[in-house]
Amino acid sequence: MDVEAADEGTLGKILVPEGTADVAVNTPIAVILSEGEDKSAIKNAKLSELQKAAEGPPPVAAPAVKASEAPKQEVKTPAAPETKVAADPDIPEGTEMVTMTMREALRDAMAEEMRRDKDVFVMGEEVAEYQGAYKVTQGLLQEFGPKRVIDTPITEHGFAGLGVGAALAGLKPVVEFMTFNFAMQAIDQIINSAAKTLYMSGGQMGCQMVFRGPNGAAARVAAQHSQDYSSWYSHIPGLKVVSPSNAADAKGLLKAAIRDPNPVIFLENEILYGHSSPVPKLEDFVLPIGKARIAREGKDVTIISWSMGMSYALKAAEELAAQGIEAEVIDLRTLKPMDTETIVASVKKTGRAVTVEEGWAQSGVGAEIAARLMEHAFDYLDAPVVRVSGKEVPMPYAANLEKLALPSSAEVVEAAKSVCYR
Amino acid sequence: MAVAKKTQGADDKEAAAPNGPIADFTKQQELDAYRMMLTIRRFEEKAGQMYGMGLIGGFCHLYIGQEAVVVGMQMAMKEGDQVITGYRDHGHMIACGMDAKGVMAELTGRAHGYSRGKGGSMHMFSKEKGFYGGHGIVGAQVSLGTGLAFANTYRGNDNLSVTYFGDGAANQGQVYESFNMAELWKLPAIYVIENNRYAMGTSVNRASAQADFSKRGLSFNIPGVQVDGMDVRAVKAAGETAAEWCRAGKGPYILEMLTYRYRGHSMSDPAKYRTREEVEKVRTTHDPIDMARARILEKKFATEDDLKKIDGQVRDVINEAAEFATHDPEPDVAELYTDIYR
Repeated sequence: MDVEAADEGTLGKILVPEGTADVAVNTPIAVILSEGEDKSAIKNAKLSELQKAAEGPPPVAAPAVKASEAPKQEVKTPAAPETKVAADPDIPEGTEMVTMTMREALRDAMAEEMRRDKDVFVMGEEVAEYQGAYKVTQGLLQEFGPKRVIDTPITEHGFAGLGVGAALAGLKPVVEFMTFNFAMQAIDQIINSAAKTLYMSGGQMGCQMVFRGPNGAAARVAAQHSQDYSSWYSHIPGLKVVSPSNAADAKGLLKAAIRDPNPVIFLENEILYGHSSPVPKLEDFVLPIGKARIAREGKDVTIISWSMGMSYALKAAEELAAQGIEAEVIDLRTLKPMDTETIVASVKKTGRAVTVEEGWAQSGVGAEIAARLMEHAFDYLDAPVVRVSGKEVPMPYAANLEKLALPSSAEVVEAAKSVCYR
Repeated sequence: MAVAKKTQGADDKEAAAPNGPIADFTKQQELDAYRMMLTIRRFEEKAGQMYGMGLIGGFCHLYIGQEAVVVGMQMAMKEGDQVITGYRDHGHMIACGMDAKGVMAELTGRAHGYSRGKGGSMHMFSKEKGFYGGHGIVGAQVSLGTGLAFANTYRGNDNLSVTYFGDGAANQGQVYESFNMAELWKLPAIYVIENNRYAMGTSVNRASAQADFSKRGLSFNIPGVQVDGMDVRAVKAAGETAAEWCRAGKGPYILEMLTYRYRGHSMSDPAKYRTREEVEKVRTTHDPIDMARARILEKKFATEDDLKKIDGQVRDVINEAAEFATHDPEPDVAELYTDIYR
């Protein structure tokens, strides 16, 4: 191989003669004299020093034993730190519960955080004057004005990157994607810039920001508009991934996400936007990121899901109850960091587990849950974990095919019965 | 509105430098600029040597030849302005005032590198010095830098962001998404296109339908000019014009710096896509440091001996940095899991 050797200076000594073949990369080939240094100064001592330097840095703690005597000491990979997550806050007795849609709960969460912190702003396509493509940002422009509620051009890659840049400068953007399908245009900025900068900067610079919007299948919009990104983002160190299924969780977790000093992917669901459920009327209702919720208690089988999957899971649990099987249903709420503790505790009780997701099975969140159960609850499992998932096809448009491509409560019932050997 | 001035096309490799304004440097400015450009060059030469010795791993992109660009721009900036660039970033960091020891120790992947050894050559940052990286994905820094400018507008301060990218990055889609938003929202962003004639091994002519990069903002109404990026005085003058424009709330500004990279794209590039004569010609006739040196002597701002003294001081700084970076320990293994979340 030829190399461009353009170092300036006086050649002190050639270490590898011209024409030598198969010289390993990074082998010193010549010594350049420093200013004022004489050629005769290069002795063998210098050469060995040079070669030593080329061999690499001094080890952090060099054992003072001869290599031949020393037992082979491998540097042990340190254990990943464990994080303790606080439990949900207590809801004081007598707290008024207000029934609202998930859409309203999300809007209220943003409005409350924007009132609390002037560095929080919302940007995305149609978030301001149009009041949100799905009306999630309704009223925000009127209250906070165009400086803090910003309509962007249709330019996902650009505005995601702009949002990350603003976050690096210390602002707290809430970046809305009209749907997460369009965020694929921006995924480089989300992963390479938002998720990794804190690490790459040695902790100097991070991104406090939220990327949010509807995720997963809506109705009859076909392959390019119907995809579940749960597993995609939950693969990435540096990101947190939240995906609620009801209004109270949506509000408490979006407020937490906006306050979290890390980039948070907040996966909503178009079909769920219109679903109503009670939300506690509290001054500041914030839920912990990283904590699953037991949505229904049971002793026979654990069904684990999140977001839209919870609809199938809870309906299935009712049908199973009618057949004499008491299913415990866990709503993950946060996919990363995943609340392994709650899942494992439940499976230790039931001995059986079924996962439910709209995404594809391969490398999916269900696969991750199954692996964790093998690692942490293998001896408690009375049956293999079964995954109920979207079929591995692009989402079809035809109503009958679309229905077949998605998971159903009937499939969940069947899976639960199979792990119960019934 | 200022319009991109038609100057010599970048497609003409023999083109003379554009005849833009030249800042009138005081003695102190000439000497400071000379010292800073020389520091960057010596740093990069040392980094090249250390790479050859195996002390630096992975990718290492040297800035040799382009020193006048960052040094001139830095002279046009003020406290609180932000800088962001791509992976050819060592010169930008030195010019921002970051410590050569910390930069070199990051190159060697050691504990006291700017990123504690976790970023390497392409990923370094300094909040304190307003340096926002150091980004490894070609063009990504352009959207990010636009976001830095957005933050200035949001906060209503008087600062601007300077976003550096190359002739290669100038063909990325997000550059134009950023241009659009920056002009739409009148963001204080200076886009400095460092046209060093080659995107890795692809010459400008083989990759760019419009090789005059100062015109790349025209469809968004962003003014742009071509600047002799080898003359630190021309760079400073152009930088000041752009900064004035931005600080007056008129929006972004594009500066195409015509410059040249003497070394390969990265350390593993034998640069067979150009002739040695082409490189030699720039080095001997248009070197930013040699030209500054000649001016200093001609104007009698310093004697040969004075300059030799500066050279010696610069060498000392760089040798000290290299020494530090060679003997600093590797990061503690516990660092593996720090700084993922905060």
